[in-house]
Amino acid sequence: MAVSELAGLFQGDLPMGSPMVTGDPLLDGPLLWAPLIVVAIKVLVIFVLGLVGTMFMVWFERKVVAGMQNRVGPNKAGPFGILQTLADGIKLFFKEDLLPDRADRFVFRLAPFLAFVPAFLVWSVIPLGGDYSGGRDGIVTILGQQTRVQLADPPIGILLVLAMSSIAVYGIMLAGWSSGSKYPLLGSVRASAQMISYEAALGLSLAAVLVTSGTLSTSGIVASQTTLGSWNLVTTGFIPFIVFLIAATAELNRPPFDLVEAEQELVGGFNTEYSSLRFALFFLAEFMNTITMSAIVVTLFLGGPRPPAIGNTALTIPLIPGALEGTIWFVLKLLVFLYFYVWLRATLPRLRYDQLMNLGWKVLIPISLGWFLLLAAIRVGDSNGWNVIAVVVIALVSLGLGYLLFTAALRVSSRQRDREGAMY
Amino acid sequence: MELLVFVAASAMVLGGALGVILMRNPVHSALGLVLTLFGVAVHFVALEAHFLAAVQVIVYAGAIVVLFLFVIMLLGVDSAEDLKVDGLTIQRPLAAIIGIGTVAIVSVAVLRTRSTIAAGPALEASGDSNIRLLSRNLFSDQVLAFEITSVLLIVAVAGTVLLTRKQSGPTGARKGS
Repeated sequence: MAVSELAGLFQGDLPMGSPMVTGDPLLDGPLLWAPLIVVAIKVLVIFVLGLVGTMFMVWFERKVVAGMQNRVGPNKAGPFGILQTLADGIKLFFKEDLLPDRADRFVFRLAPFLAFVPAFLVWSVIPLGGDYSGGRDGIVTILGQQTRVQLADPPIGILLVLAMSSIAVYGIMLAGWSSGSKYPLLGSVRASAQMISYEAALGLSLAAVLVTSGTLSTSGIVASQTTLGSWNLVTTGFIPFIVFLIAATAELNRPPFDLVEAEQELVGGFNTEYSSLRFALFFLAEFMNTITMSAIVVTLFLGGPRPPAIGNTALTIPLIPGALEGTIWFVLKLLVFLYFYVWLRATLPRLRYDQLMNLGWKVLIPISLGWFLLLAAIRVGDSNGWNVIAVVVIALVSLGLGYLLFTAALRVSSRQRDREGAMY
Repeated sequence: MELLVFVAASAMVLGGALGVILMRNPVHSALGLVLTLFGVAVHFVALEAHFLAAVQVIVYAGAIVVLFLFVIMLLGVDSAEDLKVDGLTIQRPLAAIIGIGTVAIVSVAVLRTRSTIAAGPALEASGDSNIRLLSRNLFSDQVLAFEITSVLLIVAVAGTVLLTRKQSGPTGARKGS
C-alpha cells in the first residue's frame, strides 16, 4: 500500500456522524471550588460504588450459581442473604495475618496492592451514565457545573485500561513468586503466560473498535455509537466482540480459563499463602475486575450508557429524569455480562493448558488480526473513494490466502513434531 | 508544579535505575526497572506526550519486564548471583568504556544542540492529535525504518526458534527413543 494512501487515512478526521469530543467541559477554565467539589464527589462515589458493586457481584455470583445447581445459596444474613459478603469480609479482617518464613517480605506485602489499585483505577475512565436526551451528549449539570458522569476523560482513554490490566499482571505474578512456595509459583507462572498470550488478542480486537470509532477517548467511543445500527457490536461485525469477550474472560482468570487458581491441582493458586486482609484484597480485585471488564465491553461495543435508539427515536424510560436514565441503561447492559460470566462459571469445564494456548495463539490472534486488517482496508477505501465491493473482495481473497498459508504452516509443524516425537 | 512533577519523576527514574544495579536479587532488579519505566512515563505525561506514556507502560512495563520476570521465575534464579566470578574477563572493562562513552556522547549532544533544537509542530487542542502526528510521521517519513524493524524482529524470532530446536532427523542422535 502506498505511503500517501496511508497518510490519507490519518488525515481523514473522525467517521461521519460522530461529533468531535474534547474532554470533560468541567475542567475547562480556571480552577474554582465548585469543580473541585464535583471532582471530589465523583471520586467518593466511584470508590463507594466500586466496593458496593463488588459486594453485590460476590453475592450475585454465589446466588446464581446456587440457583443453577439447585441449591439455595446464601440466605441468612440480610434479605436474600445479600449481606453475606459483608459478614465474610468482616470475618476476614479479624483473621490472623500470616507471613510465610520463606516469603520475600517486601514483595509479599506489595503484591496485593498491585492487584487491587489497578482494578480501582480502571473505573475512572468508564462513562457511568449521562444525559443523552435532546442531543445533550452525556453532559449533566451538577452544582451548576457541566460535566460528564465519569471521573476522568483523558485523551488516551481506553489505553489506560490496557495499561492497568498490564500492571495487574504484576500483582498475581509477584504474589506467587514472593510466597516462596511451589504451588503459588506454578499458579503465577501459568497466570503470566496466560495473561500475556491473551492480551494480544484483546488489544487487536480493541484496535478494531478504535478504527471504526476513530478516537481513543472512552466518551468519544460512546458518542460515536448513537443508534442501535451504529453500536460497535454491529459496525465492527460481531467478530471483535466475540474475540474480546473470550480474551477478557482469560484475562480475568475466570472459568473456563481459571488454570491460575485450579484448586484441584494448585491448592489455591497464586494466593495460597495469603490470608486475612491481604487475601481479601486479592478477592476484591478479582471480582472488581469482572465488573470493570464487563463495563469496558459495554462501553466499547454496546454504546455504554446511551439508551438504545433506532434512527432518531431513542427508547426512553418514562418518569425518570434524563440524567439518571443513562446510568440505568448502563447498569442493565452491565448485568447482562455479569450474568454471562456467572453462567460460564456454572456450566463450562476448565480448559487443558495446551488447549488454552492453542485457542489463544492459533485461533483468536489470527482471527482478530485478519478482521482488523479487513476493517482497516475498508476504512482506507472509504476515505479514498474506492469501490467498497472491490476492496472487500480483494481483502477477503488475500486474507483467505493468508489463512491457507497459515494452516499449511501449522500442518507442516505438527507433522514435524510427530516425526521428532512429541515432547509432552 | 512542573518542577515538582519533574523532581518526583526523576527521583523515580534514578531510584529505579540504582535499584536495578544495586539489588542482589534479580526479581528486585526487575522491579527497579519497572519503577524507572514508570518515571519515564510520568515525564512523557508532563511533556503532553500522553500516547507515548501509555505505550511506555503497556509495552515496556506491561510486557517486556513481565517476560524478564517470567524467565527469572522459570529458570529459578532466585538466589543472588555471585558477583565475584566473572564469566568473560574482558566484559567489565568494556562495559565501563561503553558506559562512560555513551554518557559523554549524550551530554555533548545535549550541550551543543540545546539552543538549536527546533520546536515540534504545535499540538492541537483535540485529544487525538498526539497519535495523529505520531502515526503520520511513522507511516510517511519513517516508514522504511519502521518496516525494517519489523523484519528484524521476525528474523530474531525465527533465529531463536531455530537455535532452541532439538537436533533431529534421520541422522541426528535423539535421546530417549
